[in-house]
Amino acid sequence: MSEIVLETKNLGISFGGLHAVSDVNLQVKKGEIYGLIGPNGAGKTTIFNLLTGVYQPTEGTFYLNGKELKKMSQERINHHGIARTFQNIRLFNNMTVRRNVMVGLHNRKEFKCSMFESLFRLPRHFKVEKQMKKKAVEILEIFGLEDERNSLACNLPYGKQRKLEIARALATEPKLLLLDEPAAGMNPNETEDLRRTIELLRDKFDLTILLIEHDLKFVSEICDRITVLNFGTTIAGGNTKEALSDPEVIKAYIGK
Amino acid sequence: MSKLANIKWKHYINYIVVGIFTIVTSILAFSGGLQQSLIYKLEEVAINIILAVSLSLVVGFLGELSLGHAGFMCVGAYLGGKAAALLVPVLGNGIPTLLISLLIGGICAGLCGFIIGIPALRLKGDYLAITTLAFGEIVRTIFQNTSAETFGGAIGLKTPRFDKHYFFIICFIIVLLTLAVVQNLIRSKHGRAITAIRDNEIAARATGINVTSYKLIGFIVSAIFAGLAGVLFSYTQNNVSSSTFDYNYSIEILVMVVLGGMGSINGTIISAALITYLNKQLATVLTGDLAVLKDLVYALILIVIVIYNNSPAFKNFRDKYNLANLIKLITRNRASKGDADDTRRWDVVPTKIKMDALLSTDFVVNDVEPDKPKEKDNE
Repeated sequence: MSEIVLETKNLGISFGGLHAVSDVNLQVKKGEIYGLIGPNGAGKTTIFNLLTGVYQPTEGTFYLNGKELKKMSQERINHHGIARTFQNIRLFNNMTVRRNVMVGLHNRKEFKCSMFESLFRLPRHFKVEKQMKKKAVEILEIFGLEDERNSLACNLPYGKQRKLEIARALATEPKLLLLDEPAAGMNPNETEDLRRTIELLRDKFDLTILLIEHDLKFVSEICDRITVLNFGTTIAGGNTKEALSDPEVIKAYIGK
Repeated sequence: MSKLANIKWKHYINYIVVGIFTIVTSILAFSGGLQQSLIYKLEEVAINIILAVSLSLVVGFLGELSLGHAGFMCVGAYLGGKAAALLVPVLGNGIPTLLISLLIGGICAGLCGFIIGIPALRLKGDYLAITTLAFGEIVRTIFQNTSAETFGGAIGLKTPRFDKHYFFIICFIIVLLTLAVVQNLIRSKHGRAITAIRDNEIAARATGINVTSYKLIGFIVSAIFAGLAGVLFSYTQNNVSSSTFDYNYSIEILVMVVLGGMGSINGTIISAALITYLNKQLATVLTGDLAVLKDLVYALILIVIVIYNNSPAFKNFRDKYNLANLIKLITRNRASKGDADDTRRWDVVPTKIKMDALLSTDFVVNDVEPDKPKEKDNE
């Protein structure tokens, strides 16, 4: 349990003179659900963008299982085991639900199939396609989306789109899953459902989860530990309950 | 038998249709039932189908707007044509020469596709369109300004014409090859990655898709087939002139793709064939002073088709009278005709045309999502 999956050291980025994020030190342990909270504009999503290679950090660095991933492209970082979802859902809208997940399966070793094999329709192509379809449905079953597998992703209701995005991220076989506001726009029932799903994922797939969330009730229920950010810097961290009752945090959220 | 039933016939329908069409026309041609002028038209139809299908890989599936497709064709036509001209004295004007020049033309065009693919990795939308447009014009101008001995310059390159009446069959075989490569690519995991890039590039990157290599592959494959079409084109001409490959030609190919429906290979084939035939037919019908009307008629037909395809006013009409329903009607069991729903019948004439719907300006609805501002995950 004590093995550290993600470690950031003085991670920071400045856009010109603006320090969007600075000196963020996270240590996320294996199997943990770690929360990243803070008021709007605190730099939470920017940290996600740093960790997935959308932005390159200008200061500090970060490690996944001891391997430095700084200055890698988004694809490479994904291959190393960080997958994410987006705050504003980004699905492949014109594809069916199952195909969305199949894109996530693209880089898995067991589904390797060269372009040559696809172009000449060698037996491997058919074998891989069949296995991928099967695997995609298996993943969809975890999220209860298997009945919608042939509908277009854009036709799904909001809650299911969020789930599909997690399913797609999960299909890339990540070690660390970054969820950007997974509960946004959900009603209490859906949130509860989501909480159970996330916990199931952690247990079943040996995942470590880092999530951004504004719903503090959800955070206090699901997160083992949290880090609270404000104006790009860490203002509190540690055990969820203690961090949430920190006077600095209360000040940041509701003022003096 | 069960294996046969499992095959998705939908996926192979275009091979079957093109194949049968080729066989029927070649039987007619060998028995002398086809006029020479019609054979020339068939050659042109085949060349344009190759161009349109290869462009649809970039525009329809990769989602990048390319306006320089004629440029790739130009490279293929000149280099393949030159290779043929050099090889004819050695190997004779036969299949071996044709194959070697196809190879040379295809590879050279593919290299150009690679070169144009590199900026495509950084440019988006309009900017890429301008770059590819410029590429097409540059290529054309370069060939126009070569000396008479190398590529013929302004006079044009003298190419050996393949003077056998079965040349159109070779063209159609290349059409089948194009279909096979493009469709096998699209209907594989690699094609899925390419369409994922079209749908959402940021998400595709985050999902681990190697956007760089797939974009390059899309451009290269598309360019190779444009090059092949160029070689075939040079074989149908005595003299290849660079003015043929101006941007109007690129736009014409793009129109074929757009009218056929982005991302629909079957539609692209049909529209390429129809537009080419229509163009030729109009050119023969409208002669003399009427020749100026050709572009007008052509443009009007395009406008009508675009409005018909997108206007909500025609939605009911489209739903009732489309190809899928016609097939259903033909294959439907005659005994069960009684309980068929009226909305799907071809013989039911719409009783009332909704004039207000026709006159309203609602049909200028844009199905395309408005361009989103540059993606940033700001909080």
